[in-house]
Amino acid sequence: MGVGIEVRGLNAYYGKHLALKSVDMTVPANHVTAVIGPSGCGKSTFVRCLNRMHETIPEAHAEGEVKVGDMQVYGDGTDPVEIRRRIGMVFQKPNPFPTMSIYDNVAAGLKLNGFRNRKQISELVERSLKLSALWDEVKDTLHKKSGASLSGGQQQRLCIARSLAVEPQVLLMDEPASALDPISTSKIEELIFQLKQHYTVVIVTHNMQQAARVAELTGFFLMGSLIEFDKTEKIFTTPADKRTEDYITGRFG
Amino acid sequence: MPNSTPTSSSLQISIFRRLTNNLATAFAIMAAILVILPLLAIFIYLLIKGVQSLNWAFFTQLPKPPGEVGGGMANAIVGSAMILGIASLVGIPMGIGAGIYLAEYGRNVFGDVVRFTSDVLNGVPSIVIGIAVYSLIVVRQKHFSALAGSLALAIMMIPTVARATEEMLLMVPNTIREAALGLGIPKWRTTLSISLRTASAGVITGCMLAFARVAGETAPLLFTTLGNQYWSRSLNQPTAALPLQVYTYALSPYDDWHKQAWAGALILIVMIVTAVGAVRIVTSRGTLKGAS
Amino acid sequence: MTAIPTLAQAATERKTVAPSSVLQRVRQTNPRSSRIPDAAFRVLILLTAVSVFAIVAFIVWELITKSQPTLHQFGIHFFYNDEWDPVNDAYGARPFIYGTLVSSFLGLLLAVPLSVGVAVYVTEMCPVRLRAIISFLVELLAAIPSVIYGLWGIFVLAPLLRDYVQPLLAKVLGWTGLFTGPPLGIGMLAAGIILAIMVVPIISSITREVLNAVPQNQREAVLALGATRWEMIRMGVLRNARIGIVGGIILGLGRAFGETMAVTMVIGNSNEISKSLFAPGNTMASVIANEFSEATGDLHLAALVEIGLALFLVTLIVNALARLLVWSITGPTGRTRA
Repeated sequence: MGVGIEVRGLNAYYGKHLALKSVDMTVPANHVTAVIGPSGCGKSTFVRCLNRMHETIPEAHAEGEVKVGDMQVYGDGTDPVEIRRRIGMVFQKPNPFPTMSIYDNVAAGLKLNGFRNRKQISELVERSLKLSALWDEVKDTLHKKSGASLSGGQQQRLCIARSLAVEPQVLLMDEPASALDPISTSKIEELIFQLKQHYTVVIVTHNMQQAARVAELTGFFLMGSLIEFDKTEKIFTTPADKRTEDYITGRFG
Repeated sequence: MPNSTPTSSSLQISIFRRLTNNLATAFAIMAAILVILPLLAIFIYLLIKGVQSLNWAFFTQLPKPPGEVGGGMANAIVGSAMILGIASLVGIPMGIGAGIYLAEYGRNVFGDVVRFTSDVLNGVPSIVIGIAVYSLIVVRQKHFSALAGSLALAIMMIPTVARATEEMLLMVPNTIREAALGLGIPKWRTTLSISLRTASAGVITGCMLAFARVAGETAPLLFTTLGNQYWSRSLNQPTAALPLQVYTYALSPYDDWHKQAWAGALILIVMIVTAVGAVRIVTSRGTLKGAS
Repeated sequence: MTAIPTLAQAATERKTVAPSSVLQRVRQTNPRSSRIPDAAFRVLILLTAVSVFAIVAFIVWELITKSQPTLHQFGIHFFYNDEWDPVNDAYGARPFIYGTLVSSFLGLLLAVPLSVGVAVYVTEMCPVRLRAIISFLVELLAAIPSVIYGLWGIFVLAPLLRDYVQPLLAKVLGWTGLFTGPPLGIGMLAAGIILAIMVVPIISSITREVLNAVPQNQREAVLALGATRWEMIRMGVLRNARIGIVGGIILGLGRAFGETMAVTMVIGNSNEISKSLFAPGNTMASVIANEFSEATGDLHLAALVEIGLALFLVTLIVNALARLLVWSITGPTGRTRA
C-alpha cells in the first residue's frame, strides 16, 4: 500500500540560487496528486527533492523536512540510495536501458538490490509488467527484444514497470506523457488511475487537462512557492488565489 | 498488494554494496595517480638531468669523437630545424589541400575513400613509412639525405593536418560561403580567403599538433637521414637530427654522451610542449574567428 | 538634378543605359574567366587528395615488391620459423611476432584498468575543477616522443626494475615461470611497462569520449532505482559505452604493435623466444630498427621489409576494427550521435 508524504519547510538550492521557498505540503496516501505551474516554477525541482535526486546535480542541495510514511527522507544517517529505492521515479523522456532486454530492464532494480533467486525475479518482473499494462504486449519477446526497440508509449510503460519492480511506496512522475502521442498518453493516464490503488502517485504536469483527468489533488507552484494546494476540482473551478486563477485561465504561463 | 520490502526496514543499504562503492572510488583515484606519476617522473628527470648538461657548448659545438668528453649537438639542432622546416613546407600545404577537398568537394564516395585512406596513413607505424621512403629515394639516389627524412615526416603530417582542416571547414556555416558567392567572389577565392580564414585558428592548431607529433619522431629518420657527426653541406646528405642523436647517444656506452642525450631530450620536449602550449592558447581564444 | 532613373525612364533612355553595357559592367565584376581559376583550383585540390591515396598505394607497393625475394623463398614459413640468422640467410620471424604480441598484450594488461579507471574518475567522480587539469596531464603523456620514453626507460625504469621490482617478482611469483632468469632491468617486462604508459592516453581519451556520449538520463534512471554511484556507473554508463571502450582498447593495441623506438631501447635486442618476462627479446618493429641500416645483403633487407609489410597489415586491420567500434557510438566524424 502507498504511504502519505509530509513536506515541511522544504528549501532547494541550485548553488546559491534558491529555487524552492519553504514549501509545505501534505500528500495523502493512495491518491494521485498533481503538481502544476508555469515553466521554471520549481515543480520538477520539488518532486526531485522528494527522492533526493535533486542533490545529484552538481552544486545543488536541499534542506527541510520530508517524511514519507514514517521515513525521514532528509534525516541524519539516511542513505539517499535507500530512499530512491523506496520512492520510484519515472522521467519525462522514456529512458529504458538500450543494452538490456525487456526482462533485464525490469529486473535491473531487483538485481541491484541483491535479489538472486531467478524464480522470484521472474515473478516480480511479470507482476510489474502486468501492473503497468505492458505484459500482454511483450510477454513473448521478454528476452529477445531490447528495451529500446519498443515504441515511445511502450518504453514509458516499461520504465514504469522498472520502477514498480523494486516495490516502492511512492511513485513520482515528472511529466511522464509529455513526450508521447495522444493515444499513448491516454494509456498512461489510465495506468495512473489504476496505480493509485497500490501506490501514492505524485505527477508533475504542464497539461492542466491532464491534471484534471487523473489527479484528485493539485498543487500550483509559482516562482518556487506553493501558492495553492487543494482538491483538483476546486483549483480548477473556484481557485482561492488570484494567481492560480490567472494561470488556470491562461493569462500567463 | 502487499508492499514487501526486500531489505530490512532500516534506511541503510547493505555493507557489501557500500564497500564495493568505496573500493571503486579508491581504485579510480589510484588509477589517476598511477597514470600521472610516470608523467611527472619523466618531466622531472628530463629537467634535472637535462639542465645539468646544458651549456653553451651544447648549442654551438659539434659532437666530439666517441669517448672524448665535451662537444655539443649544434648540428643536430640545426638539422632538426631544417628537416622539420622542409617537412612542414611540404606536408602542411598538402594536408590543407586534402582537407579542403574533403570538406568542399568531397562529400561523395571518392571523398570517403580519401578519408579512409588518410586514416590508414595515420595508423601506419612510422618505421614502415621510413622503409617505404628508403626504397623510393635512398635506394635510387644511393645515399641518405635530409630530404628523404623530410619527405617521410611530411607524409606523417598530412593526415593530421587534413583531418583538422576538414573538421574546421565543416564548422564554417554555409551562409558565409553563400554570402561570398552571392557577392560574385569565385569559389576558389571564397574557399581560401573566406572559409579557410574563418577556420584558420583550428587549422593552425592541426598544423601545430602535426608538427609536435613529428618533431620527436626517430624511426622514419633512421634509414633516411641516418644522422651525421658533422655539419651537412647540403640537404642531399645524411644529416644530424635531434631525436636521432638522442637515440644514438642513449645506446652508447659513454657517460658523457648519456648526459648529452638528456640535454637533447630536454630541448626536444621544450620544442614540443611549446607547440602544444601554443595550440592551447590559440584554441582558448576561440575556434572560429569571424564566424557568428 | 541627378535623380536615379526609374526603370521606365531607363527604358526610354536606352541610349544612355543600354542593356549591353549593363551586362558589360556585370562581366567586369564577374568575369567568366573566373571559371578557369576555379577549375584549376579544383584540379589542384583534387591532386592533393589523390596524392594521399597515392602515398598509401605507393607504400603498399614498395613493401610488397621489395619483400618479393623472401616472400618467394620462404612463403608462409617465414612467419613460423624461429631461426633468424642473417649470416646463413635463414629468416624466420616467429621470435619477433612473439615479442610484439607479448609486449603489446602485457602493455594492454597494465594499461586498460588504468586508462578506464582514469577516464571514469575524470568523467564521473572528479570535482569539476580538477577535470581539465587531469585530462590535460593525461594528454601530455601522448605528446612525449617515443625516443624520450626510451631514454627514460633505459636510465630510470630499467635500474628500478633490476634493483627492486624484479627481485621481488622473482621471489613472490617466480614459481609461475614468468619471472625467472637474471634481473637485467631491460627486457620484455620493461617493454611492456613502457608500452602501457604510452598507450594509456589513447585508451583513456577514447573512453572519456564514449563515457561522455552516454546521455544523462541513463544515469538518472539507474540512480532513481536506488543505486550507489559505482552501481550507477557500472549499469548506466560503462554498460552503455562498452563497445566504444573496446574500440579504444583495440586502437591502443594497434598503437602498441607499431611502437618502435622506446621498445627498441629497452627490450634488449635478442632473437630468442623465452617464457620469462625478464628475458630480452625483439619485436617486429625493433628488429627493423636494429638491423635495417646495416642489413647484410638483399635477402636480409627483403626479410626486414616483409616484416614491415606484416606490421603494416596487422596495424591496418586492428585500426580499422577499432574505428568501426568507436564510430558505432560516436558517429563517423567523432562527434557524439544525437
